[in-house]
Amino acid sequence: MAEITISALCHSYDGDLSDRSRLALKGIDHVWLDGGAYALLGPSGGGKSSMLNIISGLVRPTAGRILFDGREVTDLRPEERNIAQVFQFPVLYDTMSVAENLAFPLRNRRLPAPLIARRVAEVAEMLDLGPLLKRRAAGLGAADKQKISLGRGLVREDVAAILFDEPLTVIDPQVKFELRRKLKLVHETLKLTLVYVTHDQNEALTFADEVVVMSHGELLQAGTPEALYERPSHSFVGRFIGSPGMNFLPCALEGGEIRFDGGRLPARGLAVPGRAKLALGLRPQAIRPAAAPTGIEADLIEVEERGSYRIVDLALGANRIKMRLPEDIPLPAGRFPLAFNLSSTLVYADDQLVGDLTHA
Amino acid sequence: MHKLEDNRAWFLVIPVFVLVAFNAVVPLMTVVNYSVQDIFGPGQRAFVGVEWFREMLRDPTVQSAFLRQILFSLLVLAMQIPLGVGVALLLPRSGWKSSLAIILVAIPLLVPFNVVGTIWQVYARPEIGLFGRLINATGIDYNYTASPLAAWVTLLLMDAWHWAPLVILLAFAGLCSIPEPYYQAARIDGASRAAVFRFIELPKLRGVLTIAVLLRFMDSFMIYTEPFVVTGGGPGSSTTFLSIRLVNMAVGQFDLGPAAAFSLMYFLVILLFSYVFYTIMKLNNAR
Amino acid sequence: MTIRLENVGRRVDGAMHLSGIDLVLEPGRLYVLFGRTHAGKTSLLRVLAGLDRPSEGRMTENGADLAAVPVPSRNVAFVYQQFVNYPSFSVGENIAAPLRRRGLSAEEISRRVTDVARRVQLESFLDRLPGQLSGGQQQRLAIARALAREASLMLFDEPLVNLDYKLREGLREELRGLFRQGRQIVVYATTEPEEALQMGGTTIVLHEGRVVQQGPAQEIYRKPQSALVASIFSEPPMNLVPARIEADRLRIGTLSIPRPAHIPAGLQGECRIGLQPHRVRHAESPGAIRLEGEMLLAEVDGSSTFAHFTAAGHPWVARIEGVHALHPGTAFAGHVDPRDLYVFAADGALVAPAATGGPVHG
Repeated sequence: MAEITISALCHSYDGDLSDRSRLALKGIDHVWLDGGAYALLGPSGGGKSSMLNIISGLVRPTAGRILFDGREVTDLRPEERNIAQVFQFPVLYDTMSVAENLAFPLRNRRLPAPLIARRVAEVAEMLDLGPLLKRRAAGLGAADKQKISLGRGLVREDVAAILFDEPLTVIDPQVKFELRRKLKLVHETLKLTLVYVTHDQNEALTFADEVVVMSHGELLQAGTPEALYERPSHSFVGRFIGSPGMNFLPCALEGGEIRFDGGRLPARGLAVPGRAKLALGLRPQAIRPAAAPTGIEADLIEVEERGSYRIVDLALGANRIKMRLPEDIPLPAGRFPLAFNLSSTLVYADDQLVGDLTHA
Repeated sequence: MHKLEDNRAWFLVIPVFVLVAFNAVVPLMTVVNYSVQDIFGPGQRAFVGVEWFREMLRDPTVQSAFLRQILFSLLVLAMQIPLGVGVALLLPRSGWKSSLAIILVAIPLLVPFNVVGTIWQVYARPEIGLFGRLINATGIDYNYTASPLAAWVTLLLMDAWHWAPLVILLAFAGLCSIPEPYYQAARIDGASRAAVFRFIELPKLRGVLTIAVLLRFMDSFMIYTEPFVVTGGGPGSSTTFLSIRLVNMAVGQFDLGPAAAFSLMYFLVILLFSYVFYTIMKLNNAR
Repeated sequence: MTIRLENVGRRVDGAMHLSGIDLVLEPGRLYVLFGRTHAGKTSLLRVLAGLDRPSEGRMTENGADLAAVPVPSRNVAFVYQQFVNYPSFSVGENIAAPLRRRGLSAEEISRRVTDVARRVQLESFLDRLPGQLSGGQQQRLAIARALAREASLMLFDEPLVNLDYKLREGLREELRGLFRQGRQIVVYATTEPEEALQMGGTTIVLHEGRVVQQGPAQEIYRKPQSALVASIFSEPPMNLVPARIEADRLRIGTLSIPRPAHIPAGLQGECRIGLQPHRVRHAESPGAIRLEGEMLLAEVDGSSTFAHFTAAGHPWVARIEGVHALHPGTAFAGHVDPRDLYVFAADGALVAPAATGGPVHG
């Protein structure tokens, strides 16, 4: 297992670094600690796949370095890096049995037969593949096939990290739960460094201890699922994570007060860079109808029943915001006062988080 | 409630029915008709039952042509399938080099059969042909008009030149359809080039190779024009394949009855062989 | 036009795909066909489109038998999971294609193309080819073609399933808006309860080729008529646990609690209790049942976390607002108000709904 360090990584598919706007990766620095479960999250075309291929060695970065446990591997080929990868669609050797598939990476490295047999048995046991070992891999269901792909990585004791490229895309929803759980348990037992690439926020937040959000070739935030949800450091992360995403209200800081169309809130002690474009970021869950006047009044536009909760469209001055309200909290009609949870009322300057309103 | 469905689309199929009828069914029935009659002249004919079929089965020239034909087809497959796959593996998979390579490879396929025969007839002549002179220059006595072995080598080389490109193109298309992650996974698993071929490429090529084997078998089993132009079935009868023997019988000797019986059996043998090949390979794929 | 299905069934090679379907589809309304994969949604859509014939039953439009009308002369639009567009036509030509066939004048066509393109937010892409659009835009284009036809019956077969999470969220909202304006019948198939709830209209729950419940999505969610509907029409599925009703106790696995008052008098014996995942609460409250156990897995879904845990000898799932890291193997305690329990008979029929719940309006 290894710690993966990425330093000043830039990549351009035509090798030309002069035009920054066209880069697939725009100077990324990050450290993935040994034994962590990480997700790389972002919309398609955001640079996730380039990053993944650079870690595995299938693509050589145009500039920058990549180190495993402090050892530079930038120029090493994939087979020299001790990396395993699970792809979006199961990749199996169709003519081989399940056991032969699992043994393949070890046979290629010419390990002694008894050791291979022992490793295959161990991994099959861990992934519940024991009863299938003699079967031909080609005839199995997608979930078992993905387990075999994972198993081919796990058999190698020297494996530095396992990379996952949207591995649950082809798995039925009913089976996903089992596979997710298996993955978690494997991680807790073996303490492997895992990197999971996906565009799906639910996959990422479910799988990872730390999520790295990428968009347009830039790393926007790296943090725990809770941190990403509660304190997104970039407005993109706020919108991308959560359902519905974060509300943003354009605002201004004047005389220790945050003013926005429809109300004002005290904001003493909040420092923002001059001339920055300010916005208030509010999770739909952090907004509640208030019993007494708060100085913030909204008009009810539409209520969407979602079973256990409601999504309420509100007009706040010229802004439209969404409130997510559990079914047991009463919803007034017409125009009513709103209360914001101040510790979740975040202030953004030019899309970057600068603080919340609690110190007021 | 099943009335009134708009079924007019079926009328569009009529031209094909008519074409197939005139192309296949009518000539075939004529042949069947000939094969059971003895024809002496216009309006003079007698029904002979399966007599022609029996005679053809006993005819030693037909028997030896049949064995020769099988040997030829097997040699064609043994040479061209590995050659086709091998060359396909060497071709670049993308970019302008790939397009150029495909065009170059495909050129022989565009040459008409009799022209191929003529080219090789000249090319392999020991006294004037480039190929023939070169071989003789190395000290090997090579003359396809005198030596049966030389005649066979010439025909096999010519057929490979003409038709291996088809196998190459099919195998190349098969290789291009293998998703990139398979190669990536193999690199990560530390597989050698040979292992990639054995465990990824060959299994994924099975489908197209089945088609290639079928096509090459049927075509080579029916070969006529090229050997007719190059060797005319000689020296002796060493390259007299089934269709050459058949044409000799029908056009040369005007034995229409036996020739008709012969062609029907020929047709059935090809059908049977193709079916057997196909079934075996399908079973193989399913296993 | 009103479409009426009476006892419609469809068999293919002896396999039953649809059976005993009775439906009335009214113009200007939205119907969401909900069911898991292979529940018969696509089969029903194809029968409605006239692509397949029912093998039994009757389908009528304003009283006239629909079986007699050939497909091309029916005014139906169909949007698929895959993004089906004419690849060599520009966006504008794609939208115009169904209009050209109707022989409208050039100005009329261009007026309608602009109008429809504006409604699906493609007006600035009219000259592009479908291949140059993103997935979401390609599906918008397919929807635009369906809208341009002004079909009296619009069928959607899981149109958003191949799109990213955030795109799905946005497009659902757009579609709701588009449907609201129309006079047509819209039938929209989905496998996600969330989508059925968000689209609104009438939800028809299909299971193994039969309609098992229909009504507003919210009502199905609150009052599932059977344990089956309760388990499929909820994400995560409703907790369904075998239980035993006694004279004054209710036994759930290894738990035994006083018999909740909302269980009808006289009812005793084996049953299954149901519990909506969001009613498993973190906070203690007087009279609550305490479910104590071990975490299996936490799954994040949008803005909430599904906590799967074991307690009282059974697996349970709780839906908690917000994103929380709960590691497998750690302790978990949930609290349940006994009045939140649903009771289903041994055969799965609803015996008693939860005594609480229902939207609270001020």
